[in-house]
Amino acid sequence: MTPLIEAEHLTRYYGQHCAVNDVSFTLTKGEVLGFLGANGAGKTTTMQMLCGNLAPSAGRININGFDLLDRPKAAKRNLGYLPDTPPLYKELSVQEFLLYCAQLHGVAKSAATKAIDRTKQRCGLTDVADRLIANLSKGFQQRVGIAQAILHNPEVIVLDEPTVGLDPIQIREIRALIRELGQDHGVILSTHILTEVQESCSHVQIIHQGRLILNETIAGLNRQMDTGTLQVATRLAPDVDSLMTIAGVSSIENISENRIKIHHSVTANPTEQIAERIINAGWGLLELTPVKRSMEDIFISLTQEHREL
Amino acid sequence: MILAIASREFKTLFLSPMAWTILAILQFILAFLFLTQVEAFTTLQPKLASIEGAPGLTDIIVPPLFGNAGIILLLVTPLLTMRLICEERRNKTLSLLLSAPVSTIDIILGKYLGILGLMLLIIALITLMPLSLLSGGELDLGKLFANILGLLLLVTAFSAVGLFMSCIAGHPTVAAMGTFGFLLLLWILDWSNGSSDQRSELFEYLSMLRHFQSIQSGLIGSVDVGYFVLFITTFIVLSIRSLDNDRLQK
Repeated sequence: MTPLIEAEHLTRYYGQHCAVNDVSFTLTKGEVLGFLGANGAGKTTTMQMLCGNLAPSAGRININGFDLLDRPKAAKRNLGYLPDTPPLYKELSVQEFLLYCAQLHGVAKSAATKAIDRTKQRCGLTDVADRLIANLSKGFQQRVGIAQAILHNPEVIVLDEPTVGLDPIQIREIRALIRELGQDHGVILSTHILTEVQESCSHVQIIHQGRLILNETIAGLNRQMDTGTLQVATRLAPDVDSLMTIAGVSSIENISENRIKIHHSVTANPTEQIAERIINAGWGLLELTPVKRSMEDIFISLTQEHREL
Repeated sequence: MILAIASREFKTLFLSPMAWTILAILQFILAFLFLTQVEAFTTLQPKLASIEGAPGLTDIIVPPLFGNAGIILLLVTPLLTMRLICEERRNKTLSLLLSAPVSTIDIILGKYLGILGLMLLIIALITLMPLSLLSGGELDLGKLFANILGLLLLVTAFSAVGLFMSCIAGHPTVAAMGTFGFLLLLWILDWSNGSSDQRSELFEYLSMLRHFQSIQSGLIGSVDVGYFVLFITTFIVLSIRSLDNDRLQK
């Protein structure tokens, strides 16, 4: 199966400033790829290059097998793009706007009405179809933006921060929609909200200062996140040196007198022995909690690691 | 694809009061000028009757009307064209077009045809005025046609410059000023040739007014038509290049 997106060694300069530096990745059908990065990391630039809004300084992009530079029309036919600011003609009504988008993407007249109805339903726009876009709330405008991107049923859907400005219920709906779209399309989603990636994506990429520093599946990332930390609270102050002798414990951090953090390796999980040791010594075990590293931690540790390099 | 863009552009013009206002004002002013011209003809008519080979109804009414229309459109076209690309870029709606399966050529031509639609409407409304004279008199239809063609070529050239300025300007007002300044310069370029011993053939060729008047007089020459065709093509190509450039550097 040909990958839906094949990006090779993408590089983009703005004058002297290098916004994206040698980024390569692929996307296949059924994947939802989360694109994470701090502000100004190069997320939007990468997405603009993928959608032909910006020419890369170097590198190659294939969309569903078509080179974006050599055969732009064929490549863009397989593409739906929601930029960070939804591109809406505010003086049109939702229905008119979607009809225009259908025409632009070469959807046949007979199929257009059906496609518009389906999209309106998917994005919850049926009730506001005849209202002017200018009069809609930001959340609804964002939905019209998403509708515009999925209207022509493209193979690849690129969404730049799709849940910005939505209320929590709408966010949940949109995330469900993204997961649903991910089943028979390839979706790229950029965000700086980490839980969003955890909830709706199958793969994750972290971009930092224009470089790709992580490319993992969510499952792989979750494995990484398990690298264990235990939080232990005891009635009496525990003997740290004695705990350190247990196999698998790599370091111990004192938080307060009765509370410590034990870092350990995942392969040899020493939790059981730690509990045994504390009870046998009579320190009074009050709490033993595995601390899951959140995606935030990974994100911060990865980006900081690279700052030091 | 081109037609989809063009028809949306044309319809959008009428969604705002802009096009309606311009059509109304234009029609009002030109109707006033038209009536003045008719008035002049009726007072002159007895004198003209006694002169051999005197200018007829068409000569007295049509060229001044279309000439004035040209000058007013010189003022109006920048206002109509300033938003074409500029506004899309400012509202970030340009990415909708850029990521759709349409080429830059389609976008520019679509936008251009959309605005030309309005121009055709304006010219049609102007032409109705002299045509109304047919109910009570006779017109030199050939000359009328030459005037229509002249005005049409003139406004298509205006629009092409406006489109280009809209591509390169960051703000609609700047685009309008640029278009207006450039067109006015081309319009008056010929004036410096007032004293006949200092004629510049280049300036004479570049002057729009000269070509327009030459067509208006009923002489549809390939030099004049060629001038406008060259002019329009140049600015359309420049517009396409300029929009293409957007992708390369920002």
